[in-house]
Amino acid sequence: MTLTDDQLLRYSRHIILSEVGEKGQAKIAGAKVIIIGAGGLGCSVGYYLTAAGVGAITLIDNDTVELSNLQRQIAHSIHTIGMPKVFSAQKTFNALNPDVNIVPLKTRISKDNIIDLIRDYDIVIDGSDNFPTRYLVNDACVMTGKPLVSGAVLGFEGQVTTIIPGAGPCYRCLFEGPPPPGLVPSSQETGVLGALPGVIGSLQAMEVLKLILGKGEALKGELLIYNALNTAFRKVKFPKDPSCPVCGENPSITELIDYK
Amino acid sequence: MRLKINGEIKKNILAATLKELLEELGITPGRVAVEVNMQVIKKTDYASFRLYDGDVLEIVNFVGGG
Repeated sequence: MTLTDDQLLRYSRHIILSEVGEKGQAKIAGAKVIIIGAGGLGCSVGYYLTAAGVGAITLIDNDTVELSNLQRQIAHSIHTIGMPKVFSAQKTFNALNPDVNIVPLKTRISKDNIIDLIRDYDIVIDGSDNFPTRYLVNDACVMTGKPLVSGAVLGFEGQVTTIIPGAGPCYRCLFEGPPPPGLVPSSQETGVLGALPGVIGSLQAMEVLKLILGKGEALKGELLIYNALNTAFRKVKFPKDPSCPVCGENPSITELIDYK
Repeated sequence: MRLKINGEIKKNILAATLKELLEELGITPGRVAVEVNMQVIKKTDYASFRLYDGDVLEIVNFVGGG
């Protein structure tokens, strides 16, 4: 694709990077990504990917905007309280960059729809707020061979990893199965400092852009852990598990599971 | 026993197994994944998994919020 004069100006700080250039910007414009969750992470990663000019961004979320979301979910506002989050975020992202085709899907993902939902996308981005969804997304990405950029936050801790099926471990190679329901608290119970999903969502956006451009090192086989209180980043390497129930040599999970 | 846990040296560890170590550190096993010397240990093996002086551990929290 050829960039218009306005686009050359809008993306000029990308284009002058030798790793990007007009060619790289065209790759970004040709990319299609899907974001699971339009909460703290989804707002942050979606905002930056919209600004970057990613061609198509689909947002999936089933919730509506509440006042208690606004301390961290920066795509929503007092004007969109009560509106489905995906429409609220679409409005904000469209205002930032009309080049981007934002597709809002107000739905809950399940084992019955996820494969069809992610099929047409280059990269899946997990910003969901619960473990059943995280395992469903991981397993569906492994089964369909989709790259997955996963982010998670709680309290003052954030985590990011990139899963490239066939070329590294998956989420289950580290976290084999979901924790028992209720054992790990949610941000509703524990709280989350509002800028934290901003940090982690931005890191996810960076990983997505690197994957699209084919530049740098993907964060695969490593979990990046951010401790906001100590301002410390730690990378934990984890190997592919040959006995992994979903990506191992003899997988025991061959069908998707809706955990409770 | 000395262990390196999350990049920090911990001295005078009494635990002999991974299960005992988590108890000693006050960590609920269901809330974490544990790697010993770059190998992720399955939850069902925590009780039988013996630790040795100098082992390098990563104890990673389950974090699921968005």
